[in-house]
Amino acid sequence: MNVVNSSGWRPSMGEDGEASALPETCSGDHALMLEEPLIFELAATEGKCGVDFEEVEAEPVAGLARFLRKEAPALPSLAESETIRHYTRLSRQNYAIDLGPFPLGSCTMKHNPRLNEKVARMPGFADVHPLQPAASVRGALEVINELAVWLIELTGMHGVAMSPKAGAHGELCGLLCIRAAHEAKGEAREVILVPESAHGTNPATAAFAGYKVESIPATADGRVDLAALEAKLGPHVAGVMITNPNTCGLFERDMKKIADAVHACGGYVYCDGANFNAIVGKVRPGDLGVDAMHINLHKTFSTPHGGGGPGSGPVVLSEALAPFGPLPFTARDEAGVVHLVEENNAGAFGHTQAFGRMVAFHGQMGMFTRALAYILSHGADGLKQVAEDAVLNANYVLRSCEDVLSAPFGSAGPCMHEALFSDTGLAEHFSTLDIAKGLIDEGFHPMTVYFPLVVRGAMLVEPTETESKVGLDRFIASLRSVAERARAGDESLHAAPVYAPRRRLDETMAARKPVLVWKGEANPAD
Amino acid sequence: MRYLPLTDTDRSAMLDVIGAGSVDDLFSDVPEEARLSGLIAGLPLHASEMAVERHMAKLAGKNISAGSAPFFLGAGAYRHHVPATVDHLIQRGEFLTAYTPYQPEIAQGTLQVLFEFQTQVAQLFGTEVANASMYDGSTACWEAIVMASRITRKRRVLLSQGLHPHYAQVVGTMAKFTRDDIVHGAPRLEADPDDAALIAEIDDATSCAVVQYPDVLGRIPDLAAIAEAAHAKGALLIAVVTEPVALGLIEAPGNLGADIVVGEGQSLGVGLQFGGPYLGLFGCREKFVRQMPGRLCGQTVDAAGKRGFVLTLSTREQHIRREKATSNICTNSGLCALAFSIHMTLLGGEGLARMARISHARTRQLVDRLTKLPGVTCINETYFNEVTLLLPADAREIVRELADRGVLGGVSLGRLFPGEGSLANGLLVAVTETCTEEDIETFAEELAGVLA
Repeated sequence: MNVVNSSGWRPSMGEDGEASALPETCSGDHALMLEEPLIFELAATEGKCGVDFEEVEAEPVAGLARFLRKEAPALPSLAESETIRHYTRLSRQNYAIDLGPFPLGSCTMKHNPRLNEKVARMPGFADVHPLQPAASVRGALEVINELAVWLIELTGMHGVAMSPKAGAHGELCGLLCIRAAHEAKGEAREVILVPESAHGTNPATAAFAGYKVESIPATADGRVDLAALEAKLGPHVAGVMITNPNTCGLFERDMKKIADAVHACGGYVYCDGANFNAIVGKVRPGDLGVDAMHINLHKTFSTPHGGGGPGSGPVVLSEALAPFGPLPFTARDEAGVVHLVEENNAGAFGHTQAFGRMVAFHGQMGMFTRALAYILSHGADGLKQVAEDAVLNANYVLRSCEDVLSAPFGSAGPCMHEALFSDTGLAEHFSTLDIAKGLIDEGFHPMTVYFPLVVRGAMLVEPTETESKVGLDRFIASLRSVAERARAGDESLHAAPVYAPRRRLDETMAARKPVLVWKGEANPAD
Repeated sequence: MRYLPLTDTDRSAMLDVIGAGSVDDLFSDVPEEARLSGLIAGLPLHASEMAVERHMAKLAGKNISAGSAPFFLGAGAYRHHVPATVDHLIQRGEFLTAYTPYQPEIAQGTLQVLFEFQTQVAQLFGTEVANASMYDGSTACWEAIVMASRITRKRRVLLSQGLHPHYAQVVGTMAKFTRDDIVHGAPRLEADPDDAALIAEIDDATSCAVVQYPDVLGRIPDLAAIAEAAHAKGALLIAVVTEPVALGLIEAPGNLGADIVVGEGQSLGVGLQFGGPYLGLFGCREKFVRQMPGRLCGQTVDAAGKRGFVLTLSTREQHIRREKATSNICTNSGLCALAFSIHMTLLGGEGLARMARISHARTRQLVDRLTKLPGVTCINETYFNEVTLLLPADAREIVRELADRGVLGGVSLGRLFPGEGSLANGLLVAVTETCTEEDIETFAEELAGVLA
């Protein structure tokens, strides 16, 4: 175990913990800790451009005269050299998976292989227009189809809708399939059941799709209460949304029983596949009675999160729901040619009940190429190993920290791919937030905090399979150290982070009087 | 496996700490009958980097890339020059492999970029505020309609005939489930957009008018007139911009009275990518900010008084408000927003205007050249960089024949509006600064050949 500075004291603090008299620099920068102004403060809006063009002289067409923009957008330009510096300096204020573990539970921050980046940039994929004639994009359609086949096989399902743009968009796709299936039977069911431990997107999606949401409680061991669920079932229930493994990091042991009960009353089972990484190659959701499940390609299949997206959320569908899947999609004909199935040719492919179209084009091609490269690299054997190592790493964290952090479900057995802790046992006035901010000073990104809502002060740690044992040991040492400080009531923890590019930020001020665009005000720090 | 760092020695040492006999013991909660005993049959095993690259290169090689042929497609996705700097910077691991900035102290890079991005989008659109991005233009368009219904408490939605048909289909799909009343029809091949008909349709029950600018046939609608008519009836004007470069040349929708402006940002920095990932842009009046969907980045200060940025107004969002959220959106298009913002930073307002002028000038050259061919006319009196040509025969077949001759010669209206026979001879052609005079000449010669 590494020795850590458990006091939280740093050289720039005096003995009383206040800022010391270390000399301030003229620039405001501190060696490799660099401040960076806004582009609007760096450059004027006139007289400079970072792009050279080949000029073409021609007056606008006459009809355009009354539409011409009176003033160019008041936006500054930087030369290429300045641009590279601005963004490179800003990048250094970010934590990233390339710098260390990013143990956000439910987010699956794993290594992003660079082969996938290279592949996605091949001109045959990156520089192809979505409306080119089919004969000029056969390879692109084959990529979509090949990935679709993998997703169907890995989940044991019947079909897949590839176009949803992210997980929540996939949820919407699944629920619209459910709604279309009920409507085809002449039924108007109005309720979706959602466990209280669910991601916020589940109830939000159900509402967005026009459903009423009813909550199902959890049992003491962190799972869906089957009896409570059965009590809520009836002819008004369109379906349930279950996350499995769930957001407590536990496998829903009763998943098949839940599915059977829901099917018996004429409903469908939506599975939130955000946590598929724990079971890929080990369990097929189709074998558990699932009717629809989105797969976050940016989680399980490693496409980069990019500071908040883009994601990609294909939805695998059961035989009952597949006929209602949205357009467009790909299909291979008997001659082996892959076609794009759209409004004009859906009938020829026997797909006449599609609920409609969710996006302008065919989905996240740039994510498909990356995910396919990732899947082919791992193969069936490697993907099974992914799930096993992800679960092993999470259990290792759980058992290495449960003596200093309360693990509400730790005694009930192993966890899946994420370890859940609570703030029980911390000193008075110390919270999950202090642990998170303390970890930042230790050089780590914190875990997911205050989620799931069913556990007080939740801390959800998902190491993923791409962390080494050496790396995990360092993380565990730091987490233990911070937890011990919080248990002991070490006041210096309330100031954390003190080593990050910023101290704790005033989120109340940001929300009370929102400043969402730059309006020429001076930097308040100047 | 090259991405998995654990060794067998590590694994057994870790199992010892856990107190489990084997990894399978960790899956004991999975019912026996649901557990796969071996590998899923019929799937290939792991492959080397070389093998995967070979396979993917073979698939990529089956496609004709835009850069390898005279290229004139648009219809909601445009091929512009993207400086090499953009792709270099977005591949910095600190941007590429970061998560949503939920821990702002160690995510100021991403957050400051989002703040700059929001400012750039607001300037471009002429709106007071903008959000940190949506999935794409079509989903942003639907979200704007939902927002307008929430603000006006009315459910009648008028779509201009010039709205991209795929956008209209997304709206139609969603409205089936939300019971919004959508009014929409296919466009006619005329010089004027359907402004007058749209204005005549606006009534007291109307929540919003949704107008693409320039429209899908390349014509420029009179947003100011529509805005005035909408406001007179208590309705909002939603402007939809599928080609943001146009706003370097024509007036920003926000400056013409649009209340919400949404768009597809793909033209700047993102590239074609066979349809995605793209970048939904979303701007509106400041008074509507608490009704907006999606993430917002806001300025604040830290405990030491330094300026910093955070995600803010999250009480609108699903992770706080759950079923009462303004949208179910979570993940957005962060990295595409970064690419857009870098490209916009290189261009600046003047550079964007210059790029727009060049695109437009090239389009004029194309129109002048192609309408010299017998039987080819252009319906547009107004356009930016995209026009509708009327050909003497079904444009779908002509597009296919052009592709066989090595020219990617636009998008047929038959592809966009299947079943609308009156549009079948229409061909939508877009021209950007990446097209050369030689490309235009080749296009003209091959089109003449096909028509002969």
